[in-house]
Amino acid sequence: MILELDGVTRAFGSLRAVEDVSLRIAEGARHALIGPNGAGKSTLFNLIGGSLRPTKGRVLFAGRDVTRLPEWRRARLGIARTFQHSSVLLSCTAAENVLIGVQREAGVAARMLPTPRRRRELLDRCESLLETVGLSGRAHVPAGALSHGERRQLQVAMALGNRPRLLLLDEPAAGMSPAETARLLTVLKDLPRDITVLLIEHDLDVVFGLADTVTVLHLGRHLATGTPAEIRADPAVQSAYLGTAEMGELFVEA
Amino acid sequence: MRDGMKGGMKVLGPAAVVVALVAAPFIATSYVISLATGVLVLGLLTMSVNLLTGVAGLPTLGQAAYFGVGAYATALVARSWTQVGVVHLLVATAAGAAVAALTGLVVVRTRGVVFLMLTLAIGELTYSAVLEWDTVTGGSDGRATPAVSPVWGMPALRNDGLVYLWVLAVFLLLFALVAAVVRSPFGLALRGIRDNEARMRADGYPVTRYLLVAYTFAGGLAGAAGALWISSERFVSPSDIGFHVSAMALIAVVLGGLGSMWGAVAGMGLVVLTRDLVGGQFTGDLAGRGVLLLGLVFVAAVYLMPRGLAGLRLLTRRRQALAAPGSEES
Amino acid sequence: MVGWFDAYAVSIVDGIAFGLLYFTLAVGLSLVFGMMDVLNLAHGTLYLAGAYLAYALSDGGWGGLVLGLAAGIAVGLGGGALLAAMTQPLAHRGHLDQALLTLGLSIVGAEVFLLASGGEPLPAEPPAGLRGSVEVLGHVYPAYRLLFIGVAGVLALAVYLAFERSSLGALVRATVADRDMVRTLGVDTRRVLFGVFAVGAVLAVVGGVLGAPILGPAPGIDGHVLVMSLVVVVIGGLGSVRGALLGALLVGQVDTLGRAIAPDYAAFLLFGAMFVVLAVRPGGLISMVKSA
Repeated sequence: MILELDGVTRAFGSLRAVEDVSLRIAEGARHALIGPNGAGKSTLFNLIGGSLRPTKGRVLFAGRDVTRLPEWRRARLGIARTFQHSSVLLSCTAAENVLIGVQREAGVAARMLPTPRRRRELLDRCESLLETVGLSGRAHVPAGALSHGERRQLQVAMALGNRPRLLLLDEPAAGMSPAETARLLTVLKDLPRDITVLLIEHDLDVVFGLADTVTVLHLGRHLATGTPAEIRADPAVQSAYLGTAEMGELFVEA
Repeated sequence: MRDGMKGGMKVLGPAAVVVALVAAPFIATSYVISLATGVLVLGLLTMSVNLLTGVAGLPTLGQAAYFGVGAYATALVARSWTQVGVVHLLVATAAGAAVAALTGLVVVRTRGVVFLMLTLAIGELTYSAVLEWDTVTGGSDGRATPAVSPVWGMPALRNDGLVYLWVLAVFLLLFALVAAVVRSPFGLALRGIRDNEARMRADGYPVTRYLLVAYTFAGGLAGAAGALWISSERFVSPSDIGFHVSAMALIAVVLGGLGSMWGAVAGMGLVVLTRDLVGGQFTGDLAGRGVLLLGLVFVAAVYLMPRGLAGLRLLTRRRQALAAPGSEES
Repeated sequence: MVGWFDAYAVSIVDGIAFGLLYFTLAVGLSLVFGMMDVLNLAHGTLYLAGAYLAYALSDGGWGGLVLGLAAGIAVGLGGGALLAAMTQPLAHRGHLDQALLTLGLSIVGAEVFLLASGGEPLPAEPPAGLRGSVEVLGHVYPAYRLLFIGVAGVLALAVYLAFERSSLGALVRATVADRDMVRTLGVDTRRVLFGVFAVGAVLAVVGGVLGAPILGPAPGIDGHVLVMSLVVVVIGGLGSVRGALLGALLVGQVDTLGRAIAPDYAAFLLFGAMFVVLAVRPGGLISMVKSA
């Protein structure tokens, strides 16, 4: 198990954003997290990543209890994430954005003097990562000048630069065109099996195209976990989505 | 331009500037040389402000404190131990860095306007401490020092031109060092922290530690500037390390373009020029009131700067919103 | 113990006087900062303006004082409104721009003062009737300062009650705590801000008029009282009158008593107090601002 959540709860005053969620994710899995808005998915990501501490429960990463560890330490253990709102470094170039994770993973992030040769090597790696996600030729563009879809692609490249063991993707396809989404799906499918992927997604093409397991959250609680087919057929899941647009999608035959 | 030519231009520009700077004492008047010396010394202080404000995104009004620590530490050393400039630099840098590290422990946990407020308090409290602790610092009388000799064996520098060359040599060395640090992985991390702290934490960076190191480094740099102040002025008093010094440096950074080191120094050149050279032209009631002009210029600059002080991220009550694609700030 | 108090009684009373002085300044700064994250670095300049008014309008008697107060209120209202208006256009650009604008204005203000005063501290005597000292409980103390403590104390109480008990105060408190929520309730928070800015400025200028015999118009006084206000806000917490009062009395006491007991180290004491509070309670002793 690469990730285990054990009765994780996060309360904000009397609001329970996440309540008693337990989850086990095997190494190499492609695991999707879905649920209506407000289900607590992003909060759960924050709890896994470490920007939030649980009110109750434990988070275990690769068998190690990381509940008390700050976010940056968990990142160093191998958790990388993207954010729902494109969180990139606007004044830095696309390559520099990716370099942030790459240089840290290479162990040179604290060097106070430049090493041109090493930097060239690392930048080469950045440029190949950018190519992988579809941003070749954009390496020297400031992130602030990239389009919305390009920034989402950049985030994936940045996350991969960390050589993570667990990749948390928060709605990676949001706002992407169909072509961009298809490209993203290919990139994710091509990822090696030593990276585990956990993603939050509303685009069910991506979910059913990639995931081998799907977990549904509703109102902060775990509702169901199973294969995509099982989830699709689950009546409890269907009623949770009642009234939202996704309902129609769930009923459409693939 | 072809790449080769471009590369050539990149080296030629700065090289020409350095040559001009070195040649200056042989062609310019004594007044201009002493102005230039002041610009170099305060330019180093401005660079320390730029490192924190322009590169790391922490707006500061307190660097004069560490400048003062460096200057007074140098004065003490110069009066009771040695006149050697290199020793002064080492002592002053260490003193500035030490006090910065200590105060930084608390201050570096805050951001934006709160950070600005705290550094302002640190600057002023240091000024008060220096004023009150007169047994050590001489209080409002200040401390005069003998002439400095750069290295063991060299004679003490009494000539304005020679002092200028010594200050210039140290300045160029430190400028190169700071420019290198900004280009280093550490420098990239600081810029990342300025742009998006949450992103940096998620990428495995202990943000507070990085900022503390930057703050300490900046304190050491300001301390070194203090040692050079003693080299050139041979005198320090509380009024030389007051709030207006930090304010001038911040104004210089803003005018010179945040984040650029040579811009910071050029900004300080502009500040000194406006205050002394232009202000010196005022006659009658306004005589000597160059700072007034500077203040007005600054107010105008704050209004007219096209994108405001881009690059500085402040604590806002909303999370960083999604910027419109194509714009360069959020 | 009693002997110690006796020896330092004058300093302790002085500490109260300075504490109340700093309160009149800090409360406006704290509320404006707590409400809109606008750090008004020209706040000390307002005090200096008030002190200058006291010098310029004094005629040795009560008339001058009353005139000074009236002028102070007018200048405060005008100055506060002007500052609020000048920082408004920069609101969308961020709080640092606004702070830097006030920095520029404070520099201009300090220079104008230097022009008016010739660079020397200006005399500011209280009205003739109050120039002497009185004897209280075996100690001799300047009469004006005792009156100042009384007047400033009443002022502080009035501000406190208005803030904590009146419905207008409730509006201000709500805006400090959650500006967006108040806006959704249909209140024009800009008007509230303008009002708080103006009242805070009036307090600062009037503080200058009344405080001139204690801390008179001199070069650098604007920076000094600004920093003292900032230390008060840091220690006492943002956006609360109670915090400003508590912080101000504490700072006034530490500063004055510190100067009396260990004149070489008074600044270090204040430094130390500020850092201890920051390390233990980063929000200040009492903070009402919803954390970001």
